Amino acid sequence: MTPTNLRAAFIAELTAVAPDLDPETIGDNDHMQNDLGLDSMDFLNLVSALHKRFGLPIPEADYPQLATTALAVAYLDQALAG
Amino acid sequence: MSIFTMPSLGADMEEGKLVEWLVKPGDKVKKGDIVAVVETQKGAIEIEIFEAGEISALLAEPGQTLPVGAPLARLGAAEEAEVSAAVAAPEPAVEAPKAVVPPTPAPASAARPVPPPALGGAVLASPAARARAAELGTALEAIAGSGPGGAILLSDVERYVPSAPQPAAEPVAEDRPKGKPGLDMTEMRRAIAAAMSRAKREIPHYYLTHEIDLQSAQERLTALNRDRTPDRRLLMGALLVHATVTALAKVPELNGRYEAEPYAPSGPVHCGMAVAMRGGGLIAPAILEAQVKDPDAIMAAMRDIVARTRAGRLRNSEITQGTITISSLGENGVDALIGVIYPPQVALVGFGAPRVRPMVQDGAVQPRLAVTVSLAADHRVSDGRRGALFLAEIDRLLQEPAIP
Repeated sequence: MTPTNLRAAFIAELTAVAPDLDPETIGDNDHMQNDLGLDSMDFLNLVSALHKRFGLPIPEADYPQLATTALAVAYLDQALAG
Repeated sequence: MSIFTMPSLGADMEEGKLVEWLVKPGDKVKKGDIVAVVETQKGAIEIEIFEAGEISALLAEPGQTLPVGAPLARLGAAEEAEVSAAVAAPEPAVEAPKAVVPPTPAPASAARPVPPPALGGAVLASPAARARAAELGTALEAIAGSGPGGAILLSDVERYVPSAPQPAAEPVAEDRPKGKPGLDMTEMRRAIAAAMSRAKREIPHYYLTHEIDLQSAQERLTALNRDRTPDRRLLMGALLVHATVTALAKVPELNGRYEAEPYAPSGPVHCGMAVAMRGGGLIAPAILEAQVKDPDAIMAAMRDIVARTRAGRLRNSEITQGTITISSLGENGVDALIGVIYPPQVALVGFGAPRVRPMVQDGAVQPRLAVTVSLAADHRVSDGRRGALFLAEIDRLLQEPAIP
């Protein structure tokens, strides 16, 4: 999966968890909690959705690597390659 | 046979808009079935029926706004077996008269701001005229008086037609700022204002706070979640809710609804969760029968209720039966939350954001994860000593969280 496709998949799951977010306005460096207003429940739902979609374990220790869209795409890219 | 009516979903609700029927004539229903969706100040609410039977006629159309108590459907006995059950139950007989109780218009006018009385007799008007003008939001200066000395009479106010187009007393639906589908932010803000004003007017609050060491609970949680897939992981919030609900067994008077004298605590814990709406506003639906749920079941219930709150799909029992409320800021909040009780409940528990703080352990200052818990409680029902016992019990339970 290319980074562009990964980004689209990530944004799709993010906006499913937080339907009021406009996919067009989510910046690559927007912080999930501080900028986009996700709470711990939203974030866990996002991680669950990514787990289901990509079959990755995504342990809690890796959560900081999903803090922004840019970080998350890089993380998913690496995890799927490895 | 009985009439199914527009239910009241809180003391502040006067009317609701029927959005959708989930049943049709001829359908058999049992107690607790969801039969309709009604749009209220709290969003779209799924309405449960509290009686078994067969829907014999629908009396209201989707799109209609109806006052509380208005007939929505006629319910006939379904089968012979259910007929006897319905006859045996005492409630159905008294259900029908409720339908004809007219809605009381008083709260609406009372809620409107009353302009201050005119100073120095600048405008002559009878007291009834002043009251009516205030109710209508009409300036007395604009009205021509027909009474003695040009004084404005009640009939003048009633007759008065503003020359300029006057803003409607109620905002027009299409113009209201919309958050979620089926969620009216202006109405929600009004509902919160009504409930919180009532709390501050009627409930003599007292407040306690306590700092709880969460370090060992966090370590247990981390170890537990390491072996679990994301969909089965627990959040600290679920442990906080579980400990709070469990601690109520020790101070049961904090759990209940003060609706009649004398106050009687509730057996079951219907634990309200203050859920912040993205984009503003707040709803506190309850996790029903929380006292029998372990942390995993609490977590599942929280996920479900938060998702349905945001989607605007709560059930009426969830928003009308809460016996205590927990408000939690989550990890990005500030240190403490001192809440306002949600009437007619008698206690509200607030959790600040868990943060690593310097705490003394074994005589040395150490960085530990901690949270400040607060209790706002009704002094008519309990005292600080009992409240303190309750917070201490939450603390004790969180030192040994009930997780595998």
